[in-house]
Amino acid sequence: MKYLCLIYDDEQQWLKKPREETGKMSADYMTYTEGIRKSGHYLGGNALQPTHTATTVRSRGGKVSTTDGPFAETKEQLGGYYLIEAKDLNEAIQVASRIPGARSGSVEVRPVQEFTS
Amino acid sequence: MQGDSERDVRDHVEAIYRSDSRRVLATLIRLLGDFDLAEEALHDAFAAALESWPENGLPANPRTWLISTGRFKAIDRLRRTERFDSANANVLDRLAQTNAPEVEEGVEDDRLRLIFTCCHPALSPDAQIALTLREVCGLTTEEVARSFLTPAPTLAQRIVRAKAKIRDAGIPYEIPSLPDLPARLDSVLHVIYLVFNEGYLASSGASLTREDLSAEAIRLGRLLVELLPEPEAIGLLALMLLHEARRPARASPEGELILLEEQDRSLWNREQIKEGVSLVERALSSRRIGPYSLQAAIAAVHAEARDATSTDWGQIVGLYNVLLQADPSPVIALNRAAAVAMRDGPEEGLKMIDAITAQGELDNYYLTHAARGDLYKRLGRTAEAVAAYRRTLELVTQEPERRFVIRRLKELSDAEL
Repeated sequence: MKYLCLIYDDEQQWLKKPREETGKMSADYMTYTEGIRKSGHYLGGNALQPTHTATTVRSRGGKVSTTDGPFAETKEQLGGYYLIEAKDLNEAIQVASRIPGARSGSVEVRPVQEFTS
Repeated sequence: MQGDSERDVRDHVEAIYRSDSRRVLATLIRLLGDFDLAEEALHDAFAAALESWPENGLPANPRTWLISTGRFKAIDRLRRTERFDSANANVLDRLAQTNAPEVEEGVEDDRLRLIFTCCHPALSPDAQIALTLREVCGLTTEEVARSFLTPAPTLAQRIVRAKAKIRDAGIPYEIPSLPDLPARLDSVLHVIYLVFNEGYLASSGASLTREDLSAEAIRLGRLLVELLPEPEAIGLLALMLLHEARRPARASPEGELILLEEQDRSLWNREQIKEGVSLVERALSSRRIGPYSLQAAIAAVHAEARDATSTDWGQIVGLYNVLLQADPSPVIALNRAAAVAMRDGPEEGLKMIDAITAQGELDNYYLTHAARGDLYKRLGRTAEAVAAYRRTLELVTQEPERRFVIRRLKELSDAEL
């Protein structure tokens, strides 16, 4: 099965952190990504720019409206994701629990809906 | 004659349903990979048994007969489905590949698979409890709903959602691997303990306890110990039995709450105490002693004392010290304070309770104030006892406990006159 791991954290905290700490985090992410590439779990993944760069788009009756910011203000913000392949939810939880962001923030694990017909 | 034997067979089928339907279901879920399909197959298999056994006699191994019949009925059902979608095709493929010997393999593990799946931490606690009582214990949705004072449609919905999550999120039907086992076992034990407590302390409502839920939890605890004799599983079973043993003494015939120290201990169930104590010893002889085993050990010390005064409070305080290390929660600290009060006098207990609330903990917990009220009463500090019980009254939710506090308040005001 495919699972999307959505990584949430308090981005204000991260923006405030000293360079060496964020550098260490980046290195951890590189090691982690390399690890799940090798184990065959990795299908894709990216870090996202902070939410101040976000634009929310809606189309209602043919009329497009755009607003500044993420679709909802939350305490923790979506900061990145991995798309992984896992045998089942237990394996997906194992893989997700090792994401560096899981140590300070939260990772939401969502199965990808697969349309077979 | 014919009528008699038919009735015999019918009785047999019913007895087998009671003793084996959950095992058959557990195996069918593994073979079919779907809870709903397995439940339908289970019913089809028993319906087929009622038709076939009176004529052909009981099969040599009824359970195997039921499993393979259920499997065939499921294949039929899937083939008949008009919307023959690819998900069904997958199940059919898998079914075609499994042959009889594989059906037999690991049948004993299927019940554990079912327990661990129903108690998977990815399901909400409410859903874990509902699903466990429904699928593992075989209670009907209505029975589960009644036990938890929940409308049946709400509960049915909860079960439907839980099954959908198991299917769609890919929760596997398996016993957790060794590294995951301790955490996953904790979640199973927690579900069993919640069911027991709901039956023992009924969180709301008019009656003090709901006996059948506790009995169900004990049955589950036994099954778990039989399938997976881990020390904490044994400890939990011991804890439940030792508490259950006190049930006949916990309430007056009018349904009024009776505290441990005032209980008529001759009413305690000796049989359950004996079993509980020997289970505690078994749990403690392992090197991995956890919170359930320690709580059971405390209950065993109470069970072995003739009355409240001859209780070995020193040993109880010692056990609470270890328990507090294993599980540093304020509620355990409060219980420890009550034990210290019994060992060293009410003042010592009050000091410890004040220390807990000074840390901002448990100030809105009714038992904190009930414990204070009791200790002030022992010291003859009536005004403070009254104040503490008044605060308790504001916080208590359960009806028999509320009546108990009112009685205490009345005793105190009578004493003052």
